Amino acid sequence: MPDTLAAPAATRPTGWKQVSLQGWGRSSLSPCLAARPERLRELHAALDAPEGRTLIAHGGGRSYGDAALNTDGAVVVTGRLDRILGFDPATGELVAEPGVTFADLLEVFLPRGFIAPVSPGTSHVTLGGALANDVHGKNHHHAGSFGEHVLWFDLLLPDGRMQRVSPESDPALFQATVGGIGLTGIVAALCLRLTRVPSNALAVSRRRVRNLDGFLAAFEAAAGATWSVGWIDALAGGASLGRGVLETAEPSEARVESRPPRARRFPVDAPGWLLNGLSVRAFNELYWRRVPAAGQQATVPYRQFLYPLDAIDGWNRMYGKQGFRQFQCVVPPGPGEAALRRLLETVAAGGNASFLAVLKVMGRDGPGMLSFGMPGYSLALDIPARPGSEAIFTQLERITRDSGGRIYLAKDSLLSAEGFAAMYPRAGEFRAVRERVDPQRRLSSDMARRIGL
Amino acid sequence: MSDTWVILGASSAVARAFAREAASHGAALVLAGRDMEDLEHQAADLAIRYGVPAMPLRFEARDLATHAGFVAECRRRAGDGLLNVFLAFGVMPDQAAADADPEVAAGMVEANFTGAASVLGALAPVLEAQRGGTVVALGSVAGDRGRKRNFLYGATKAALLVYLQGYAARLSGAGVRVLCIKAGPVDTGMTWALPKLPFMASPRGFAAAAWQRAGKGGGSAYLPGIWWPVMTIIRLLPTPIFNKLNI
Repeated sequence: MPDTLAAPAATRPTGWKQVSLQGWGRSSLSPCLAARPERLRELHAALDAPEGRTLIAHGGGRSYGDAALNTDGAVVVTGRLDRILGFDPATGELVAEPGVTFADLLEVFLPRGFIAPVSPGTSHVTLGGALANDVHGKNHHHAGSFGEHVLWFDLLLPDGRMQRVSPESDPALFQATVGGIGLTGIVAALCLRLTRVPSNALAVSRRRVRNLDGFLAAFEAAAGATWSVGWIDALAGGASLGRGVLETAEPSEARVESRPPRARRFPVDAPGWLLNGLSVRAFNELYWRRVPAAGQQATVPYRQFLYPLDAIDGWNRMYGKQGFRQFQCVVPPGPGEAALRRLLETVAAGGNASFLAVLKVMGRDGPGMLSFGMPGYSLALDIPARPGSEAIFTQLERITRDSGGRIYLAKDSLLSAEGFAAMYPRAGEFRAVRERVDPQRRLSSDMARRIGL
Repeated sequence: MSDTWVILGASSAVARAFAREAASHGAALVLAGRDMEDLEHQAADLAIRYGVPAMPLRFEARDLATHAGFVAECRRRAGDGLLNVFLAFGVMPDQAAADADPEVAAGMVEANFTGAASVLGALAPVLEAQRGGTVVALGSVAGDRGRKRNFLYGATKAALLVYLQGYAARLSGAGVRVLCIKAGPVDTGMTWALPKLPFMASPRGFAAAAWQRAGKGGGSAYLPGIWWPVMTIIRLLPTPIFNKLNI
C-alpha cells in the first residue's frame, strides 16, 4: 500500500481520517475527513473540524442519497455514541444517545412490552438519523412521524454550546432540527416516548389488489388499521397498473416464538445485467402470486413486519457496483391520485427494473419545518443507476411538484434547488433558524449545497 | 450475590464491549476510569439493557498512591461476590512522538506498565483472599517482537505479559485465573485514524471471544486467533530480513 494515505495523518489533529463514504444507494463516492467519537467529550472535540472544513453528522449511513455526505468536508460518525441513558417503564420515556438504533430498541424493549412509536423500514437507522430526517413508518396515518414522539433533545450547536431543546423551550429550533437533515447541530441525546404493545407479534393480513384504483379504495377501507402498507409491482402497466399486495396489521395479543435474527449477507456486488426487466418482472410476479387470491392471515414478529429488508444484510449490493437511487414522494389526495398514475406510468414505460414499489397513506403534516409528512399518498421505488436513468428523476420530480407533493430528503440524491423551494414552503423559516444558530455555516452537506440551503 | 467485574479503563471501546458482554451474563460492574460523565452514561446503559448493577468509580492509572484505596473500594462494592478484573487501559501515542518527547515516552510506560503492575499488585491480596476469580488483561501482538513502527508501545505490553506470567504463578495456588490477551488491532478510537490495519476485529466480536476464552482458563491467547500463525511467522523471521521490513 502506498504510504501517501498514511502520511498526512501526523499533520492532522488526532481522531480524523480520510475516508470515502457512500449513501445507501451507493450511486456515488464521497471523499471526506471523518471522526468517530466514542464519548461526549470527543464529540465536542470533533466539532472543530480540521482546515476549517464544514461538518455533518453521519449516523447509520442509511440515507439513500447525500443527506449525510459532505464531499471534501468533514463528517462526524455518531454510531459509537450508543448508550441508553434512561428509561421509565411507567411512561415509556426513553433517553438515549444518538447512535442507538431501532434494532437496539427492539432487542432491549420489546421483551418488556415496548416498541418505537414510529419505525423506518430498516432497524439499522440510528435515533439521531431518525430525528434529523423525521422518519415515518407504516403507521404514519395514525402515529405521525418520529419527531412527534420526541419530548426533547440535547443539541450540540455549531458554536460548541449544548442546548436542551423541547417544543416548548425553543419551538423554532425544535422544528428546524426535526427533519432538518443535521444542519442545526449534532444531537447528543434525545428523549423519545415508546409505545406499549401486548406481545412480540402482529396479526397481519395480506391481500391482492388488482390496480391503482383498487389500492386507493382498499386504503380507504383500511383507514382504521394500525399499520398498513402497499407493495406495488412497478413494472405492471395497462389495466394492471398499480397492482400489488396490501398488508395491514394490528398488535397481536398472542406471542410467537421468535428466534434471534441471523441475517443472510448479500455476498458480492451483483453484476449489472442481473437486474434486467425480465428478472425483476419474474420476482414481482412471484411476490404477487405468493398471496392467495382469497387473502392471507398470519401472526408474525415485529421484526419481520417492520424490517423485512433487514433479513438480507447489504441488500443494496444487489443493484451492482453502480448502485441505485430511490425515489420517494408524497402527493396530496385529489390531484395526487392522477399524479400517482403518471408516476407509475413513467416508471413502467421507462422499463427501469424496479423491485417492489411501496405505497402508503400519510396522515398529517410533520412537526419539522422540513418534515416530509403531509396528508396524502406516499410512493417509493428504487431505480438502478444506469446511464440515462437520471432523466427519469427529472420527470418524476416534475409530476410530484405539479401535483403539490414533495420529495423525501432522506431518500433523495437528485432534487433540484427550484424543486425543493416549491415543495418545502417552510424553507424560509428554516433558513432564519440556521442564520441564528450557524451564521458561519459550519454545518453543511452535499444535499444542503445541492438544494440551496 | 452475583460476580462483579471491575473494568479498568472502562471508557475504551473494547472495555465497553467487554462490560456489555459480562453484564449480558448477569455480572455486576464497577466501571473504573477518569471520564466520570462518560462512565455514568455507561453505567446507565448497562443497568437498563441488562438489569445489572453498574457503578462508576474514579481510577487514575498513573496516580499510584490512590491504588490501595481504589482496590479497597472495589472489594467493598463487590460485596460477598467474586471480584474479577478486566484490565483494558493503555495509551498508544505514535513512536515518533515518543522518540521526540521523553515525557510522552515515560507517560506511556507509566500508564501501560507501571500503572498496571501497581493496581494488579494491590489487587493480588484481595484475589488470594477470595480464593478464585479471573483476571483478564489486554496485552498486544505488538509485544511479541519489537517492530520499528511501535516498539515502545510493544515493550510496555511485553513487560505486562512477563508481569502477568509471574502474577499467574503467584495466584495459581489460590485458584485465580490470569489471562493475558495478545490483542490484534480492534476497530476503536485508538486505531481509527491509523492507516488500514489487517484482520481488524470489531469491539463486540473481540469482547465476545475474550469472554469465552476467559471461561476456559488462564494463560495467554491471541485474539482474533489468526494472529497466532501470523505472529509465529513474524517472531521466526531472521533479524536481517525482519529489519528490512517496513512493519
